[in-house]
Amino acid sequence: MTKFIRKQRYLIDFTLSSLLRRKTKNLGLLLVYTLIVFILASVMLFTHALRSEAGIILQESPEIILQRMVAGRHALMPAEYLEKIGRVRGVVRKEGRLWGYFYDYATKSNYTMMAAPDKGLSNSEVIIGAGIARVRWLGIGDFISFNSFDGKTYTFEVKEILDSESELVSSDLVLMSETAWRTTLGVPEGYFTDIVLSVRNPREVSKIAGKLTLKLPDTRPILRDEILRTYDSVFAWRQGITFVLLAGAVLAFVIFAWDKASGLSAEEKREIGILKAVGWETGDVLHMKFWEGGIISLSAFMLGYLAAYVHVFYGSAVLFEPVLKGWAVLYPEFHPVPFIDGMQVATLFFFTVFPYTVATIIPIWRASITDPDTVMR
Amino acid sequence: MLIELNDIRKVFNQGKHNEFSAIRGISLQIEPNKVTCLKGASGSGKTTLLSMIGCLSRPTSGRITLGEQNISGLPERFLTDIRRHTFGFIFQKFNLIQGLSVLENIMLPAYPLGTPHEALMDYAHSLLGHFGLSRLSTSPVEWLSGGEAQRVAICRAMINDPEILIADEPTANLDSKLSREFMGLVDDLHQSGKTVLITSHDPIVFDSPVINRVVEMCDGQVLKDEPCY
Amino acid sequence: MLFVTVAVLLIALTVVDASYRRHGAEEALQQRGQLVAELALTDLALFTEARYTRHPSQSDLHSAFQDHPMALEYFPTGSFLSPPRRYRP
Ligand SMILES: Nc1ncnc2c1ncn2[C@@H]1O[C@H](COP(=O)(O)OP(=O)(O)OP(=O)(O)O)[C@@H](O)[C@H]1O
Ligand SMILES: [Mg+2]
Repeated sequence: MTKFIRKQRYLIDFTLSSLLRRKTKNLGLLLVYTLIVFILASVMLFTHALRSEAGIILQESPEIILQRMVAGRHALMPAEYLEKIGRVRGVVRKEGRLWGYFYDYATKSNYTMMAAPDKGLSNSEVIIGAGIARVRWLGIGDFISFNSFDGKTYTFEVKEILDSESELVSSDLVLMSETAWRTTLGVPEGYFTDIVLSVRNPREVSKIAGKLTLKLPDTRPILRDEILRTYDSVFAWRQGITFVLLAGAVLAFVIFAWDKASGLSAEEKREIGILKAVGWETGDVLHMKFWEGGIISLSAFMLGYLAAYVHVFYGSAVLFEPVLKGWAVLYPEFHPVPFIDGMQVATLFFFTVFPYTVATIIPIWRASITDPDTVMR
Repeated sequence: MLIELNDIRKVFNQGKHNEFSAIRGISLQIEPNKVTCLKGASGSGKTTLLSMIGCLSRPTSGRITLGEQNISGLPERFLTDIRRHTFGFIFQKFNLIQGLSVLENIMLPAYPLGTPHEALMDYAHSLLGHFGLSRLSTSPVEWLSGGEAQRVAICRAMINDPEILIADEPTANLDSKLSREFMGLVDDLHQSGKTVLITSHDPIVFDSPVINRVVEMCDGQVLKDEPCY
Repeated sequence: MLFVTVAVLLIALTVVDASYRRHGAEEALQQRGQLVAELALTDLALFTEARYTRHPSQSDLHSAFQDHPMALEYFPTGSFLSPPRRYRP
């Protein structure tokens, strides 16, 4: 047993010194490999962290949102629908919501305007998200103006800036009083954007939703479960351009690695011949090459993963910002909470370490089963 | 250990249009603790015969026995095992592995045996000392001169302390002075009880007083077999 | 050998660090959740570039993914934001 371990140690030593012989080539390979793992692991860690976080915080979303549809489009919700719903068993709270969008020409960004009656705002006060404060250079006590639907300009005092800790959900919010909201955005009294309902027993939600569609056939309920599911698949990046681009890179690497691993140079073949002639078995040569593939791919995995961890959870995934941001001006500054899926990491490990190691071994195996007497010539 | 060859034949590319019979029925006995030289024109089959004796390849027909053991029919695994315990090889082109240090090159054949590291290092260093190479132990092998490379190759052949040393055209890359030096080293090996098998068409080798026996080959057959004392 | 040990240790450290930071973030998560509950929010403010990317969960059949549920989007976000499940074929 100790003999076996000693032998493996010799083989690893030999592998290391032969890797060091082609320093630039192997370092280059390691670098590219690490980069690939880094990108894949970053995407993986980032999406998983966001998805988990979305799952947790959106758990607090309203159970049911009722939208009115007119001619297949989302339309304003008349206030009397609140009465029409009447008493539905299991619904503990029903309320009209007022929200909409405002396009700010100055910064070319979209704000989400929301009426927040509970915040005790006067008609000339707003609470803004930290993202808006950032792009508009606003502090508490500063003023911000909005052009109303009828061409007037209303100026508001910033009463509060929402905690930057919650930017992930609030960065582009503008909260105002109901009156101010209606005046600015032009939704008349008696209409809401939609209705939110709280349900006591989560198991009754779909039954209640069914009742609501019967009662109000021109409405559409959106359930919290759907919201959660939406976010569960939002980062199914596989479907997107990011992955297509990534797949290109991965493919390029696979070709590169395959070429490197499988195209044995005459020199390498000769070396294998020498090793066999001086008394190495085919198995020893394979072991050695296994270590070689293993060392490279394992190092690449570990380095790439560590770099990705630092990038995502200490660097707030800065490299993804341009991708996620798209053309948006407002982008929340947030620090993903490190939710890590061990299974995913294991999958990544398997798919990065295993194929490379195998790819290095197969051609060697073919070369090392040939007769060793070729080195005599 | 006595090496016995019994009607050995080797046919390359058997059954194809370029079939070639390199060894045509050789029977020989090679005694232990002797220096034997295979001599003959180029293409006469010396290397082919040597590689069969050294378990690097297998004869097409015939029997090779090593001591008590018949090795001509053994599977590859066993051949490897016999090869690394019994034979040390010194190749014509030395076949050192480029980029590795002298010391690493010497220790290579011992790696698969899993010898304890310290013992291996000690032995490698003592070999280097014996062949006057201590100074070079950490230099990469591509820095070495022909004579030094030769001596490194000998050290490598000796690392597993084999009974039989096989040298194929060991002096082809050396000048006459170094060739004589090499024969001196062969004499040392002989004195220490090794069996040495050399192929050569270099008169410095086969006329050397170190050689106990010269076997002359021609077209895959033994032409002349004479002891020289 | 040293390298491998250090790397393995560092990876172990990331696990510890992650759980430590998850622990530390509990309060912040709760706060965020509270804000979501208070304002009845439904979406993450990650994609502010267009109306229908800001609130993907609220978009309706004819505004989000305007041409076809699986069509490539005009806005960059749309390229990796999949359409809500209920519209997918
Ligand atoms: N793998 C092979 N396939 C076909 N023919 C071969 C092969 N190996 C050797 N031969 C042939 O066998 C013959 C004997 O070769 P060998 O190398 O044994 O000669 P040699 O006596 O060692 O010659 P030299 O003195 O030049 O080294 C040569 O004619 C060579 O062409
Ligand atoms: Mg020859």
